[in-house]
Amino acid sequence: MAAALELVLREEVAPGALVHWLKHDPGRRSAEENHIHEKLVSLSLPQKDFVPFFLNFLREQTGQILTNGPSTPAKTPNSKALGNSAGRGSQRRGSERRAGNTTGSSSSRMQLFTQKGSANSCSPDTSFAPSAVSGGSPAFTGSNLSSPSSDFPSVVSSVSPSFGCSPVFNHSERRSAQKANLGNFFVAMPEVQPTRRGRRKGNSSTSTSSRQVARDLGRCLADEEDGKSDNTSWSGGRKKRNEVLGVSASSPPDQLNLNNLEEFPPMCASSGFTNKSKPSRRINPTPVSIERPLSKPKMCFTSTPVSQSPAARFPSGASHEAFVTIQEGNVASTAGSSLQEEREMLKKERCKLLHQASSPAGLSLEPSTPTKLSYTRSASLPPEGHLMTCAYLSKVSCKKQLDQLALLYSSCIAENLVPNIFLELFFVLQLLTSRGISAEDGESDLEFNQGCKGAVERQHFHNVHNCVYFAVQVLDRQYELISHLEKGTLKLLAENERIASFSPHLHKRLRQAYESSTAKVSLLLPSSVQSVSFQPETDNRSNFPSDRAFHIFKKQRDIFYELLREWEDNHEKPAWDFERVLGNKIRAMMAHLTATCNHSHFARLFQKQIIQMCKGPVGGGTSWGDTPDQDVLNMLGCDDLSRLKRLQERFVAPQSIRGPCPPPSFPGCQQFFRDFILSAGSYQFNQHLMDNLCLKILELDGLTLVEHEPSDGEADMEEQDEKKHFTVVLMSLRLLAKFLGFLVFLPYRTVEPPTRDLHESAVALRNQSLPVLDVLKLLQRAIQGRRTILTIPWIVEFLSLVDHIAPFLDYYGTVFSLLLQVYRSMVPSEDKEMSFLNKLLILAVLGWLFQFLFQIPSVPEELFFTSEVRQDGLMMDTMSSAQALDSATLVDQQLLYTCCPYLGELRKLLASFVAGSGAKNGGFIRKITPTAAESLAPKPSVTQQKLQAELEQAFFHNQPPSLRRTVEFVAERVGSNCVKHIKATLVAELVKRAEVMLQEKVKEDNTNHDKLLDEVCTQLYEEGAQAFLKGREFCRKKGPEAVRVLLPEETSAAVLSSAEDIAVRLATEKACTWLSTNITALIKREVRTTFSRMLKIQGPSLPSEDTQEMKKDCPPGCQHHAPFPSEIINEIKDVLCIAVGPRDGDEAIHYAHLECLLEKLSQTLQCRKFMCPTSEQQLAKCTIELASLLVSDRIPIQGLELQTQKYPERQRSKNHPICNLLTSLLSVWKEDFVMLVPVQLIFSKKNVGYVAEAKQREWDLFLFMLHGLVEYNLMGNAEIESYLQSLQEFAWPSDFLKELETLSRVFESELHIEELRTNPCELVRQSLGAVTAQS
Amino acid sequence: MKLSKAQYEEIARFLGHVQPTRQSLRRLKERFPSQSQSTLLSIFSQEYQKQIKRTHAKHHTAEAIETYYQRYRSRVMKNAAAPVLLELANEVDFAPSLMARIVLERFLQEQEQGIPATWLAFGNEIQCTWLRSQIIKFPSSKTLINSMLRDPSQIPDGVLANQVYQCTVNDCCYGPLVDCIKHAIGHEHEVLLREMLLKKNLSFLAEDQLRAKGYDKTPDFILEVPVAVEGHIIHWIESKASFGDESSHQSYLQDQFWSYWNRFGPGLVIYWYGFIEELDCHRERGILLKDCFPTDIVTLRHSMAQH
Repeated sequence: MAAALELVLREEVAPGALVHWLKHDPGRRSAEENHIHEKLVSLSLPQKDFVPFFLNFLREQTGQILTNGPSTPAKTPNSKALGNSAGRGSQRRGSERRAGNTTGSSSSRMQLFTQKGSANSCSPDTSFAPSAVSGGSPAFTGSNLSSPSSDFPSVVSSVSPSFGCSPVFNHSERRSAQKANLGNFFVAMPEVQPTRRGRRKGNSSTSTSSRQVARDLGRCLADEEDGKSDNTSWSGGRKKRNEVLGVSASSPPDQLNLNNLEEFPPMCASSGFTNKSKPSRRINPTPVSIERPLSKPKMCFTSTPVSQSPAARFPSGASHEAFVTIQEGNVASTAGSSLQEEREMLKKERCKLLHQASSPAGLSLEPSTPTKLSYTRSASLPPEGHLMTCAYLSKVSCKKQLDQLALLYSSCIAENLVPNIFLELFFVLQLLTSRGISAEDGESDLEFNQGCKGAVERQHFHNVHNCVYFAVQVLDRQYELISHLEKGTLKLLAENERIASFSPHLHKRLRQAYESSTAKVSLLLPSSVQSVSFQPETDNRSNFPSDRAFHIFKKQRDIFYELLREWEDNHEKPAWDFERVLGNKIRAMMAHLTATCNHSHFARLFQKQIIQMCKGPVGGGTSWGDTPDQDVLNMLGCDDLSRLKRLQERFVAPQSIRGPCPPPSFPGCQQFFRDFILSAGSYQFNQHLMDNLCLKILELDGLTLVEHEPSDGEADMEEQDEKKHFTVVLMSLRLLAKFLGFLVFLPYRTVEPPTRDLHESAVALRNQSLPVLDVLKLLQRAIQGRRTILTIPWIVEFLSLVDHIAPFLDYYGTVFSLLLQVYRSMVPSEDKEMSFLNKLLILAVLGWLFQFLFQIPSVPEELFFTSEVRQDGLMMDTMSSAQALDSATLVDQQLLYTCCPYLGELRKLLASFVAGSGAKNGGFIRKITPTAAESLAPKPSVTQQKLQAELEQAFFHNQPPSLRRTVEFVAERVGSNCVKHIKATLVAELVKRAEVMLQEKVKEDNTNHDKLLDEVCTQLYEEGAQAFLKGREFCRKKGPEAVRVLLPEETSAAVLSSAEDIAVRLATEKACTWLSTNITALIKREVRTTFSRMLKIQGPSLPSEDTQEMKKDCPPGCQHHAPFPSEIINEIKDVLCIAVGPRDGDEAIHYAHLECLLEKLSQTLQCRKFMCPTSEQQLAKCTIELASLLVSDRIPIQGLELQTQKYPERQRSKNHPICNLLTSLLSVWKEDFVMLVPVQLIFSKKNVGYVAEAKQREWDLFLFMLHGLVEYNLMGNAEIESYLQSLQEFAWPSDFLKELETLSRVFESELHIEELRTNPCELVRQSLGAVTAQS
Repeated sequence: MKLSKAQYEEIARFLGHVQPTRQSLRRLKERFPSQSQSTLLSIFSQEYQKQIKRTHAKHHTAEAIETYYQRYRSRVMKNAAAPVLLELANEVDFAPSLMARIVLERFLQEQEQGIPATWLAFGNEIQCTWLRSQIIKFPSSKTLINSMLRDPSQIPDGVLANQVYQCTVNDCCYGPLVDCIKHAIGHEHEVLLREMLLKKNLSFLAEDQLRAKGYDKTPDFILEVPVAVEGHIIHWIESKASFGDESSHQSYLQDQFWSYWNRFGPGLVIYWYGFIEELDCHRERGILLKDCFPTDIVTLRHSMAQH
């Protein structure tokens, strides 16, 4: 492989030719046929090994200079490929692979070396040269070997003399560059002497013997051994590294505890000032010089440029020293230890404060960069900033080779030959922003590389200048890709002074790109839990087999939300454990589900709740396209809110992302659902959930968008709607697919990769079973139908959760290779097949998947680097159909970054550079927002507006989903029609007028047509403002009509009117938004075309309108002042209580009270408003009871005498005041009750018993009552007679029994008389008199 | 009327062990004149119910039942006109209506199954054990007993009928009359609420309409178009004609309010007779408490289109 690269570097083969060779399929045609460069042919190398080799080569070359940001990701494929090409034993590969999972930063490790070198050379009293080299290179080797966790383990392999020497040249700049980087911190340690000694030993062997051997790849076994022995103390993996740090830190006791992640959080931000303190160690190096003579001089380091001019770098040793002092915080660790201590404490405190939230992600130097922080820092260290970041075009060495490399590299990226283009971009930006030490002058490297036999092993990236040069070259070639990044990234690029100085052309283009970019990206505010609304069509009784199932499910739903609420409240508390707290509850619930076979209902609820809660990128958030939050913000366009949102983002967003290739995760609320599935551990549930997810995925995957007429004025608007719709669907699909993937591969998940035997048998077994969801078919169909933009992102989510075995199954192997074909074929460029951003999204997710898969131990890298990528699977329908989503512009930066939040790492990296460079901390592109005068009209307060927006969202919550769809559809159509209408009416009219005006003016002045046109148009613009009024009017008219026609007839009036209003508002908003941005342009365009036509001939047109009105009625409110039935019952109850006893002493009821009570009773019964059947029934019963008690004189009544005295002359019985009460009761029974009063209860044994016991034996009230019943037609004589008859059967006192008999006879005779049609009242008295006379 | 937890506890302490009579209620009103009567009655009733729940079981052992029945019989024999049953209930700290039920049930067993009271009093131990098990095993039909309690005229024994009636009328916490009053109050407040909603022009679906549609859990009203009350969006309103104390609120949350939330989103509960202020802690989550119809209502305005 090196040979191939060598050819390019020697310019014997053009990079293009090499790429051509790479792309050529050896199986198909012969090399000659393919026009393969003969020199390449003669090498007869397998192409597939080249790219990994090349990528590794670049990493190795640049390794020691990359101090910024996390190292490009763990386990690049390179390691293995490299190993392969070198024919190395598998032993090493294994170790690398294992270690490869961690994200330790090799760059920092390399810094170890660099720093050491710098330290050496800095010590003014030492002569530079060989000793420095020997000091340096062993450190390098050692560190590499010792850290198999390195992301580019193969770096070690390239330890060659030329390589080793680079630090020497770098160090001066490097050292100054150090300041801002936490990486340095770790790097510093190796300086500690004991370790160094060990390393040195290893290194010496390297330097002497291994140079030639290690040329291409690597290192000789001796190296390896040495490395290994070093490993024991240095060793790989994040953990061990920490230990190492600990060891080294501990030797100088007064230094910071580097082990303490709290004090030194791994954030770039923190680097800012932590490094100020650390370098004290780096300065100690003086003793190093003592050792130098001992180290073996190396031939290749003959020149001693650095040592010759130490003073050139720093005005004087003293000033240098001072400088260092400032920077490092303390030079003399020996001296002011107490001062030092204080400082350390302060630093620790500040550090804690600043970085409490930072992730414990260990040593990966998180590049998130709060700019603010950097300001403070740079302010405190003014000189540093300048010194460290300077890179000069003039100091670039071996430009030609760099050009060749850049060209080759760019081509590899452009042709998608690398597994993840964004990762490479990240790498390039790392180079761009590197702060490695730069050599002072250009000649040095000539000499420096002199001894190298091949161009390949020469050190091309040994200084910052070269790195930056290379990076800028690559960026320049990748301009189109870059220009599609989000605005913030573009801003940082455009502001990057290195780009500005290395390529003014690129700088200019970037500035333009920035200025024209509208691609602002924001992540979201999380929203709180919302429930899934109950929809009768799917949730009511008829959807369940039995009442029991229905009712049990009712409980399940409530339990589910109870769990969710508990989780929401507590999951962030430290001691809270999902399984411990919720596990048993969940399983109990599952048991109930199983008992009633309600799994499918629950699975649906579960799935809907997932979508409801986790659509958004930030945990708990909802998708930005479709959420109340976003809607609110859009609607309000309100400064305060959006500012607040941005602020929140700054706090929230960065933490959620880990490096450019984070593993799949379940952030935020998704965690709940994942843990729920795990805790439930229910086979049935999982199966139903999978079915449900599959169904929903298939449904969503079949998305069709409304076909739109392109290039028309209102197409923009429709595009927006479609984009929004697409976004929602895509986000939902990805979410569901992730859960599906999780469920599908869950049974096969293992912590450790299976052994080889197990692996094979598992593959053999699982090759026999069918996949749950046929992603292959869907993928193929998507490719054919050109709908990959929708399908691939979710398939990637699905596949990202594969277990160790799945990638080896035939089925998934096919899927991966198909995806690879897609990836390779999707060269980022704008074409009509697919828009650029669509491609970028696909490339980004696929790149992430590939990169992530490589991190699964045992997944073969050949998966990607196979040269047998066949293109034949990619047959596409050439017919462009409405289904061909790929060709629509659906993806914007917002969606791209939402789907791939890791792309934000690019921005963080750049920002961290700005942060470190101090001088230009503000950036030179400044947005000046003019403070416009606030409109005088009182605007509804922000909270009010927000509330309204929330209300609107809430409105749809419990309505069937179709309502929302309808409203949105109507809004979209009406909005669009509105624009058409405006164009057809208002604009047409204006154009007509313009025509007249123009005609006149043309006659007057025939010279300047453009000026004329402008004049006329300006006049028209003001009238164009009418468009808004007309637009509003149009929407207000058309919206409701459409909604009314489309919604079911039965929709209630309130719902209908709200739906109408919302539709109108949305439509108006759409139309007005479009009009406000386009109306002037539209008028101008129309006028211009008319004008140009007019200059030849003439002619426009006009349409019409119609009107309609709707009215609604409102129910009249009436005042119901009658007492409530409950009050009356209560009062009667009180009376009954007193009547029935026991009573307190002389407790009694006033007559007037009773009178009043009956009056109220009547009112209450008349007013039906508050009456319910039970109340009325109770009232009837109570009043009968009351009557019985009255009749039998059981109620102690006050003021009865007074009443009797009023009518002294009248007959006692007839005018007894109680008779008045009874009459009132009778009238109430007759007139006021609606229900039939069970008056026969008067004849119950109990009630008659009261009468029988009446003290005075005055039974005339009873008789009065009975006659009243007849009189009021409540009972017939016959009825009463028969009741009286039957009463005689009981054992009464003899006198009462006689009375009953008498009464009975009375009613019997009255019955006869009644038959003779006589006045009953008259007769009663007569007959009663007769009866008494007889007795 | 919102009460602080301390205020409420003062009332509850005063109630301690009181009998559910109108006299107790009178004293309560005198002690806390500033509180509304209905609030006090509601708290009284709830506190008393809690007390009864705690002691319910001990009054329902076969032994207790037998003792009460015997005592009732012997006292009634002495003086049928005296409020025997009521006094018995007060003596053993039990609700009169519930005491009436126990005695009535035992009476019916004697009538229907021919288990004479004397057997238990004078029979041998084996007989007694058997009979006790019979008493527990074969209760008289619930509907019959309920119907007799509602209308004591149906009770074959006139004296017992009077005694039972006296109990149910005098009991101000339990019994068919009280149940009916509570029901009526609940209904009236729903009607009131409905009136207010109509007056405010808020469109809603009532419980019966919802049931007809097959909803499994139904609040009193679901707003067809949600509104915001004091800045919180609500989808439904539940009317509670009682005082919201801790235990009743907890069980309502569990059985009703969260269920509504789970289906329809956030909502409003009106405790017409007030509630303990501290319970109104789920506003953010979506359950809002009020003691009256809210005045600060923001509706979905459609003014936006006009701006």
